[in-house]
Amino acid sequence: MIKRNPLVLGNKSLADVTNDILEPTETMPGKIWAGMMLSANVIFAGYIVAIALVISFGMGLLGVNHPVGWGTMIITFVFWIGIGHAGTLISAILFLFRQKWRTSVARTAEAMTVFAVMTAGIFPLIHTGRPWLDYWLFPYPNQRGPLWTNFRSPLLWDVFAVSTYATVSIVFWYIGLVPDFATIRDRAKNKIRRLVYGSLSLGWRGTARDWSHYEMLYLLLAGLSTPLVLSVHTIVSFDFAVSNVPGWHTTIFPPYFVAGAIFSGFGMVVTLMTLVRIGYPKFKDYITIDHMEVMCKIIMATGLMVGYAYGSEFFIAWYSGNIYERFAFINRAMGPYAWSYWIMVSCNVITPQVFWVKRFRRSIPVMFVASIFVNIGMWFERFVITVTSLHRDFLPANWGQYQWSIYDAAILFGSFGMFLTLFLLYLRLFPAISIAEIKPVLNVGKEGGH
Amino acid sequence: MAKYKQGLAAIFLTEEQALQAARKTREMGFQKFQALTPYPVHGMEEACGITRSWIPYVTFGAGLVGLSAGLWFTWWTSAVNWPINVGGKPFFSLPAFIPICFELTVLFAALCSVGSLFYAAGLPKIDPPIIDKDLSSHKFAIFIPVDEPGYNEQKVQEMFRALGAAEVKKAEF
Repeated sequence: MIKRNPLVLGNKSLADVTNDILEPTETMPGKIWAGMMLSANVIFAGYIVAIALVISFGMGLLGVNHPVGWGTMIITFVFWIGIGHAGTLISAILFLFRQKWRTSVARTAEAMTVFAVMTAGIFPLIHTGRPWLDYWLFPYPNQRGPLWTNFRSPLLWDVFAVSTYATVSIVFWYIGLVPDFATIRDRAKNKIRRLVYGSLSLGWRGTARDWSHYEMLYLLLAGLSTPLVLSVHTIVSFDFAVSNVPGWHTTIFPPYFVAGAIFSGFGMVVTLMTLVRIGYPKFKDYITIDHMEVMCKIIMATGLMVGYAYGSEFFIAWYSGNIYERFAFINRAMGPYAWSYWIMVSCNVITPQVFWVKRFRRSIPVMFVASIFVNIGMWFERFVITVTSLHRDFLPANWGQYQWSIYDAAILFGSFGMFLTLFLLYLRLFPAISIAEIKPVLNVGKEGGH
Repeated sequence: MAKYKQGLAAIFLTEEQALQAARKTREMGFQKFQALTPYPVHGMEEACGITRSWIPYVTFGAGLVGLSAGLWFTWWTSAVNWPINVGGKPFFSLPAFIPICFELTVLFAALCSVGSLFYAAGLPKIDPPIIDKDLSSHKFAIFIPVDEPGYNEQKVQEMFRALGAAEVKKAEF
């Protein structure tokens, strides 16, 4: 019989679990956290300045122009939305599959989802060029007719998909946090802390009847989030696939985008988890090397799917007999943007292959570096899809290059400042592992456990 | 404002004791008692005689409402209120409206389910009485209110002691 490894190391009692997990929220932050927070804040401030400049001077500051009308904003939007998907996969899909190891990482992965979607949501809003009119995206009774939105447009589907996804992710995350907020409230030593966490806990007391409804709700939200998360990246891929641009107009896009999203999201989860493990050594008993190994396996599996999609796209481009489609793909691999294509292939297809070796999937430095490469590769995947398809389409008279500007770079790097600021605050203010969910799995893999 | 009840609470230190206590309390004929646990305890629902949650019915109903609302709204705005010819597509372009209908189904179902939990658990409660501050960390409790038929302080106290309660105290819940 194959023996199960324990999910939580170190023979913890229930009280130990509470103490360990709440330690970061109940102590003053150390120098490393403060340093990281300060750097994130500086980048975030730079981001706000860059956005302010782009909004006040106009989109001309960015590289988008004819023929490449979609640039950094759309590329980075798809990148961050994709990052979010791994969080929902861990919290909802693995919950439905009864993968008990998810418990240790679900809370932080969900937090990552919420912050990534918040970061992503800003880009299309600025990309409209006149962000002060963004409320036009929603159908509301108005005095212009009323003139309604065009529900046949994939861009409008995206408005609905992303806003629904953001809402449901936040609600799912918050419902998971309620019992843990109650724990913090009950341990609070001062009034303000008790008031703040007491309000957040909504007065939760955990009677058997409450838990019965709560667990049912959790299951339902997991069941609803599962098709939702698949629909979101499907609809994001429709933004491209429903047009007729060569390189975009393909039926493989929805599954290809979803696999890529999960791939990049797990890359980000591994990056963040290695940092959390370094920052809070006590969490190593909860987020064990076994957890990290499983995530590396998922990165490898989804990396292979993404690699398969790259190959399949090329094959279909040739097999379709469509000369524009063929040209688009030859141009991707050998045209002026070939460098970006090969960065993408080497990061996304070659890097994850290191995880075939058990020693590497259990090595924190190896997985940290590999996960960073995965994220670089996935940003370039969106760059390749967006820019190489647009810059040379049907008519050679329409060809051109993308004029990447310093503002594009500021927007891209600045968005990490926003994400990290939110994430670092989360690590200090919220319990980073679900206390109420980890307690029932304490005995998994132990003598007499199940 | 919800009214809180007076009663007797027993604190237990292990999951097994709490489960056994809940079972025993129910066998004694009590029905309005509460079992408080820091996390969902496997088997506690059976021990307390709690029936399956009704929230899924709300989820299903709300999902249907969301679906119909999406379908009706896209049809009414695009084909009735102000029909606009977009690229020669039909005014009522059902396949193109499916993503909107799907998202609204999920949104309505999710939010109404959460609303149901709030209703079922009486949330939010403002500063409710807490029997013991460790009940959300590592202790378990059974609370029997005084208005239970057959409540007798002496007898309940004896029963709790016999079940191995670490502490028995008068409490408000």
